[in-house]
Amino acid sequence: MSAARTPTAPRRSRKAGPVDRSTIALRVNGTAHTATVDVRKTLVDFLREDLGLTGTHVGCEHGVCGACTILLDGQAVRSCLLFAVQADGAEIATVESLGTLDRLHPLQEAFREHHGLQCGFCTPGILMSMVRFLREQPRPTDEEIREVLGGHLCRCTGYQSIVEAVRDAAGRLAGA
Amino acid sequence: MKPAPFAYAAPRGLAEALSLVREHGAEGKVLAGGQSLVPLLAMRLARPAVLIDLNRVRQLDYIRDGREVRIGAMTRQRTAELSPIVRRRLPLLAEALGYVGHPQIRNRGTIGGTLAHADPSAELPAVLSALDGQVVLRSTRGTRTLGPHEFFLSYLTTALEPDELLVEVRLPAHDRAGSAFVEVARRRGDYALVGVAAVVEVADGRIARARLAFTGVGAGPVRIGELEQAVVGKPADEETLTEAGRIASARLDPETDIHASAEYRREVAGVLTERALRLAVERARKSRRERRPR
Repeated sequence: MSAARTPTAPRRSRKAGPVDRSTIALRVNGTAHTATVDVRKTLVDFLREDLGLTGTHVGCEHGVCGACTILLDGQAVRSCLLFAVQADGAEIATVESLGTLDRLHPLQEAFREHHGLQCGFCTPGILMSMVRFLREQPRPTDEEIREVLGGHLCRCTGYQSIVEAVRDAAGRLAGA
Repeated sequence: MKPAPFAYAAPRGLAEALSLVREHGAEGKVLAGGQSLVPLLAMRLARPAVLIDLNRVRQLDYIRDGREVRIGAMTRQRTAELSPIVRRRLPLLAEALGYVGHPQIRNRGTIGGTLAHADPSAELPAVLSALDGQVVLRSTRGTRTLGPHEFFLSYLTTALEPDELLVEVRLPAHDRAGSAFVEVARRRGDYALVGVAAVVEVADGRIARARLAFTGVGAGPVRIGELEQAVVGKPADEETLTEAGRIASARLDPETDIHASAEYRREVAGVLTERALRLAVERARKSRRERRPR
């Protein structure tokens, strides 16, 4: 968990006594940001409200639904269960880092082709979990896909089409 | 903003963390992985004045091998689950961690955090209990080492004083025994309705030693002395397993809640006792065969 410190991060000289607001420096999708935040602002609210990155969705706000899943220093985590202040010095990736409308990520392509989404609310979180998962497990079994998918709620698809999309994407990414 | 206002401190070392909990522990809360605490903050069921975040205290993130494996409290659950030391020396812990939330939760959740939270349906308290492990509590006053049944006092309540931090977990390696963790939950990744941690040693076809700890059926992890005594010395066969399940069902006194009735929990506990013992006995035999000199 060694995050490369962002060079623009203001160094604190004094001991870390309790504070209400804090200045943080972090990288999101490769871009450096510095901001002063209320310490009780969650990371997902910071991403959406302060940075305008509304691709990450807010569902249950208590860690159950998985819609807000992002990558924090390369690990898939719930951004509603982190405070923005905790991401000081971190490298973050959100769904905006995957593909563009003209050029989708292979995982996004596979979701579209296999009807891995309907309303799309849960999709950004699932994509981020699966991008990370396929990096560590390029040839997953269906059971392994389901284990990771277990961390997400989808009320539209019934999940089967998501499993198919991830399986197909694994093949495309491995062949790429 | 979801949580009620609080002040926040992120100490960078243990000494600084200990002085912060000494100063603010009484009206504050310690933040580890946050996978249980942050939901409580979001629902305003917890309203601490000060949040002391241990995530930058790197010296509490370690796994050290030995006769007992020592795990720093801030070690992520996912790190422990995948650790070769844990998989080889503490297979019971590795198996139990697979039931804690989801991989996305275990990427943040910590070994010390889930123990300090002391949810009565959590998996790790049962592991600590079945292995007769210990937790190390530190404060500026000194260090205490407690066993599971001194540490877990009641629902969500431990022996931790306001100025103390849980800094380390010590679990005796059990790679010469067979172990199993099994549970039934409403959904994959949810807290257990009932969970059973079993550690068994088998010699000459008989059960030489057995330790079973239950979760979800009491205010904390539950051991049943009568059950463990009843199986020791008995043949490791189906008849013994059935008897063990019967004793577990008869002796446990779980509560009814929104998720399951007490009667259902008792029934499931009996079935899971049989399953956990069967699996642990199989694994004990397998590990004996693998150790036998050629």
